[in-house]
Amino acid sequence: MNLVEIRDILSATVITNRALLRNSVESAYCADLMSDVLSFSVARCLLITGLTNAQVIRTAEMAAIDMIVFIQGKRPALQTIRLAEEKNIPLLVTDFSMFDTCGRLYEKGLRSKSASIGLASIVTCHEG
Amino acid sequence: MRSLLKYGKGVITVGHCEDGIFFLTGKDFTSAGAASSNLKAVLERIGISHDIIRRTAIAAFEAEMNVVIYAVAGMMKYRITDTEISVTVQDMGQGIPNIELAMTEGYSTAPDHIREMGFGSGMGLPNIRRNSDNLSVNSIVGEGTTLEFVIKIKE
Repeated sequence: MNLVEIRDILSATVITNRALLRNSVESAYCADLMSDVLSFSVARCLLITGLTNAQVIRTAEMAAIDMIVFIQGKRPALQTIRLAEEKNIPLLVTDFSMFDTCGRLYEKGLRSKSASIGLASIVTCHEG
Repeated sequence: MRSLLKYGKGVITVGHCEDGIFFLTGKDFTSAGAASSNLKAVLERIGISHDIIRRTAIAAFEAEMNVVIYAVAGMMKYRITDTEISVTVQDMGQGIPNIELAMTEGYSTAPDHIREMGFGSGMGLPNIRRNSDNLSVNSIVGEGTTLEFVIKIKE
């Protein structure tokens, strides 16, 4: 699903520069816990969240997330928007709630993908 | 970048090796993630596969956030060879009294202001473990923690 479709489905505003309008995503993941995003999201997805701090952008960068939608009209600070532009991650803001945002995108065919990562084969711990 | 000589069974093979270091400051949430971001850029420049980059970036970021949340200061050292990426994150922090407990998903000692930022839900160390092929944690209470993880590029 591409950015323009997502924007229209959510009556959202794109708050990053227009150069990123062509981006598209393969799946979606929603969470307010960045720890969960880092553990359970998959690459090339849309992140739906109610958190707006700079760590959300950092998390998206590390987890190779391609797009972020902030729910309930929450707008990140300018510094956060600039960081997202620097990392080529488009940001959208919708007035819908988390539930309605997910519901509307699901209705139009966007789905989640489950992460499958194995555990480290060797773990050694030393306490002192 | 510098060259690394590997000696074995009388045959000398020349591979490439790249290493570097980033310094981390505790409680500096503005720069938190910058080291992992820089490491990710290095891996992209070298041309490492997307999957390996994502696993390394996530593990490095979790480790970096741990330093920023819990420690006074720390550093992240990396070393990339033809076969693996190894990252060592060492901090001057409070240390981990029970590593096995800290490895348990959902166990956390993070204060509320960290949880409000979306972190500290007890997934950090377990997630580093999930993303790495080899993980070692050494900790001395009151002195600090050294964490090293290795991600294999080739089997």
